[in-house]
Amino acid sequence: MDKTVADLARAVAPITDGASIMIGGFGSSGIPFGLIDALCAQGTTGLTVISNNAGAGETGIATLLKAGRVAKVICSYPRTPGSIWFERRYEAGEVALEVVPQGTLAERIRAAGAGLGGFLTPTAYGTRLAEGKETRVIDGRGYVLEAPLHADFALVRAEHGDRYGNLSYHATARNFNPVMAMGARHTIAEVRHLASEPLDPETVITPGIFVQGVVEYGVRP
Amino acid sequence: MKSLSDSALAARVAQDIPDGSYVNLGIGKPTHVSAHLPEGREVLYQSENGLLGVGPVPPTGTEDPELIDASKRFVTPATGAAYFDQTDSFAMMRGGHIDIAVLGAYQVAENGDLANWATLDEKYPPAVGGAMDLVVGVPTILVMMRHVNRDGSPKLLKTCSFPLTGLGVVSRVYTDLAVLDVTPAGFRLVELAPGNSLDAVQALTEATILT
Repeated sequence: MDKTVADLARAVAPITDGASIMIGGFGSSGIPFGLIDALCAQGTTGLTVISNNAGAGETGIATLLKAGRVAKVICSYPRTPGSIWFERRYEAGEVALEVVPQGTLAERIRAAGAGLGGFLTPTAYGTRLAEGKETRVIDGRGYVLEAPLHADFALVRAEHGDRYGNLSYHATARNFNPVMAMGARHTIAEVRHLASEPLDPETVITPGIFVQGVVEYGVRP
Repeated sequence: MKSLSDSALAARVAQDIPDGSYVNLGIGKPTHVSAHLPEGREVLYQSENGLLGVGPVPPTGTEDPELIDASKRFVTPATGAAYFDQTDSFAMMRGGHIDIAVLGAYQVAENGDLANWATLDEKYPPAVGGAMDLVVGVPTILVMMRHVNRDGSPKLLKTCSFPLTGLGVVSRVYTDLAVLDVTPAGFRLVELAPGNSLDAVQALTEATILT
């Protein structure tokens, strides 16, 4: 078994127009910058991007927004200092936005990866973000029924990876990467170090079964 | 009116963080609370991007680009810290494992309703982050904010006009003018910032302040 891919361009080649893509990262930490740049260079468009943020400055998800490749963003916090390209596209009505509470976003992705039909969460009960959703009161407390969030692809960033697709992370760069690897149908991992020997099983955070492609990209943000 | 500085306000909030607590500090002003924790208390701060035990900001030149807090500041891990992914992070919140959250707010109502994620300006994209998850799971929600808006309009209201983050979730509000508890009867005065009168603070508050 060997899931390594020779370069970034080949790693993102399966992604086609109109795909839904989970992109790991929080702020500038744990973002697969190399894969995003390769996807942008490939010209793929009409994308639905699922991520915590909507990019900042001219890098990461902002490069896709700037190039007009994103039809919809599903995220918890699109407004970060420097998120100019999201704000421009949003104000011009060129990108749709679905805001999801951060914990609900993570859990909807997990539900997709874990084969669940949804879950009941107290988060957002009674607020605008629960409008139109089924609710239930359990032991006197209100809950909102949330659906699994599937995606065609996930682009994730890890510190170490091996040919089996096993991944480990560095510090707060872990964030959404493990759950997105689980949630998407096809996960592509950009790793800072591609190990020549399999990772120590005790150190594996994302088991390789959740990963379909591994590509080395040593550049740090 | 005598208004507390942001730093003095952070120090006032810090006095109420007990030793041994797990605390989430919201982005903006609340991040400054940890710098004012009284000596002798050990508190672990959770950052929802995946760190329990947020330590000091690193010296210039030693920053790790992949080690940040929820405000996207470079940080260090505190002694006893742990890293984890998003599902664990939000299990800590919703599951009631975090003791206290300190959050900013646009508006707080006298029944404890909190509005801090969206305004009524449709052109301005809303951003909720982890706020809705925190308020449903963390038993003590402390709000830290200016007493009034820049235009002088009140933020402590009978009913919030902005979209709600959570219903009846706020325990206590710390402003530059007063500390107020949310009680079943409404806002009750805990203390006035030095140099202020109740009448003057009430005049800047839409809701009635009980004493």
